[in-house]
Amino acid sequence: MTMVPERTERRAERGEHRGGYGRETTRPRRARGGPAGDPERLARGLGLFSLGLGLAQVVAPRGVARMIGLEDDDNNRDTMFACGLREITSGVGLLSRPQSAGWAWTRVGGDVMDLALLGSALGSPNTNKTRVAAATAAVVGVTALDVMAGSGLSARGDGGLAGRLAGGSAAGTAGAMGIHVTKQVTVNKSPAECYAFWKDFRNLPRFMSHLESVEVLDERHSRWTAKAPAGGTVTWDAETVFDRPNELIGWRSLEGADVPNTGSVRFTPAPGGRGTEIIVELRYDPPGGRVGAAIAKLFGEEPSQQVGGDLRRFKQVMELGEVFRSDASVHRGMHPARPPEGAVPLPPTTGGIGDGGLR
Amino acid sequence: MRALCWEGKRNLAVENVPDPKILNSRDVVVRITSTAICGSDLHLYNAFVPSLERGDILGHEFMGEVVEAGPGVKNLKTGDRIVVPFPIACGECHNCKRDLFSVCENSNPNAWMAEKLWGHSPAGIFGYSHLLGGYAGGQAEYARVPFADVNHIKIENGVPDESVLFLSDIFPTGYMGADMCNIKPGDVIAVWGCGPVGQFAIASAYLLGAERVIAIDRFPYRLQMAKEKAKAWETINYEEENVLERLKELTGGRGPDACIDAVGLEAHGHGPTFAYDRLKQAAMLETDRPIALREAIMACRNGGIVSVIGVYGGFIDKFPMGAVVNRSLTIRAGQCHVQHYMKPLLERIQNGEIDPSFVITHTMRLDDAPQGYKIFNDKADHCEKIVLKP
Repeated sequence: MTMVPERTERRAERGEHRGGYGRETTRPRRARGGPAGDPERLARGLGLFSLGLGLAQVVAPRGVARMIGLEDDDNNRDTMFACGLREITSGVGLLSRPQSAGWAWTRVGGDVMDLALLGSALGSPNTNKTRVAAATAAVVGVTALDVMAGSGLSARGDGGLAGRLAGGSAAGTAGAMGIHVTKQVTVNKSPAECYAFWKDFRNLPRFMSHLESVEVLDERHSRWTAKAPAGGTVTWDAETVFDRPNELIGWRSLEGADVPNTGSVRFTPAPGGRGTEIIVELRYDPPGGRVGAAIAKLFGEEPSQQVGGDLRRFKQVMELGEVFRSDASVHRGMHPARPPEGAVPLPPTTGGIGDGGLR
Repeated sequence: MRALCWEGKRNLAVENVPDPKILNSRDVVVRITSTAICGSDLHLYNAFVPSLERGDILGHEFMGEVVEAGPGVKNLKTGDRIVVPFPIACGECHNCKRDLFSVCENSNPNAWMAEKLWGHSPAGIFGYSHLLGGYAGGQAEYARVPFADVNHIKIENGVPDESVLFLSDIFPTGYMGADMCNIKPGDVIAVWGCGPVGQFAIASAYLLGAERVIAIDRFPYRLQMAKEKAKAWETINYEEENVLERLKELTGGRGPDACIDAVGLEAHGHGPTFAYDRLKQAAMLETDRPIALREAIMACRNGGIVSVIGVYGGFIDKFPMGAVVNRSLTIRAGQCHVQHYMKPLLERIQNGEIDPSFVITHTMRLDDAPQGYKIFNDKADHCEKIVLKP
């Protein structure tokens, strides 16, 4: 069943073969003349700045603290040292990756932290107010540059299958999809088995940890319920827009979704009889926009890590018939590696669920 | 139940913790009859392995009696006596199907952590950090064994625990170290480190047909065990002799045909190189001290094999890649695929070719485990291998 015009679908395939970012096909022409117009040059400049500042903070934390008007005490020294490590990480990230939007957004997150620290320093009696104010002004300026670099780099990578789903959608979410994740896994089962299990969206919560349930409304429409980060749930309706049996499934949220999102999964036979290579692409727009996403990334689970975990669980359900657990991973969050307290029910096993022909 | 828990660097305690439960359909729970402290546990004790949490139960060498089996375990029943291999393998993924059990694709629920450090994730390991799965270990009264239908070898009654316990790790690990050397008749093998794994590497090299095995360490009591029990042809105390020169003397200038590093990331040495590595490790500029590995590479004959079974965790410095490339060396390494070796090695034990209990110097109660770690770490009291009885 093909639900999009043939031409669009072929373009989508092309984009995905180029690693899902569609860099070569759809990158908009970059403005020249001045670093601010070129997000890559700006990002490199900010990377060098991060590295320089970070090294100064790590090597001479007290000196930097004094320079920006903070009291020269052990607490401020440790804070400077920690900020320095963060700067070095952002700097290395910005300098070492061709697509450094993520790293640019970690800088924005860092700026927010710095502004919060400086704000509390302004209220403290033992600081040099003039210097702290000057430092705050400097950070505000740098934050603006970081947001420019982040937006520029994010806009640049607007290709890919899911991107096209978003861009071409009637819901009109073009350009708004803040987070784009591509992940792969190889599963020791045939494409037909993997496709059949995935195709029944009711199976998705078995391995997508943030999903509570998926209800199938009709052949094309489904209702998804996910756990919200702060507790509670979010529900949205989605439609299937691609469906090529044993090869490809694509879906997108319909208008009115709290978290507009699109996704696709492709199944291809792996060479050497190793089963199926699965490529998943997801795009979504978290509440709070890109800055919200960058901050969520700093403090929570990284989206690509979450999708990676989902795919690993998909592999387990396909190969082992159930999601596999260690003592420390029975519950969410870090726990010591020792048997959990109380009774823990066994996870559901794949017997008769879906039509994947599992053992 | 009582279990040995990690509470910080060189800080262990035997604590009361909840009893293990069946968490997946192919689990069993065993009542542990014997468990041991591994040299690699000392890397946890000394906090060289990241991602430990206070309260983690340690231990990955254990055996016992099945007391409960999940609904998916068809080949074990209550009362069966089993030895459990340290890497946890699912038996169904591509790597398990090729006998590469220690790189099972499904058994590490924290694979993302390992991917950050190592690019891809290996199998989970009992009681060996959250990076490797966050599994409760076997230095306890009871343990949960996941995928128990794959992760066990059954032991008939009558064979003492002490003779088969080390099928869980150190005997197969030493054996794999020798196996990776591709030993041919007439070969001379050198083994760095005469801890328990080194002893088994020496003994295994002979089982696989080596003509001469040279043992290297700094503790006379360990060299003596290598000579007397594992039957090393020659021993070298690296604090008294120059290892590279002595190896040339012993091999007509060629160097050993294969070199086994059974030391790993906490290697000792002497002189400026050791000071350099200790300093860099302390400053977190390298995570591992590759002193034995560097020496093994420099010593190996042209075209020879360097087999690494000592544990490394992260990054090393001043790696002599020029020697590897220009002298056509082969480096082989790996955590042991224990499940692949357990059956043939049990047969060798039953045939009387080897009795692995020769390495045991101490038997203690589980409650005394913290003291056991201390003497093992300090190499006090001629300690080679400690078996704990829960």
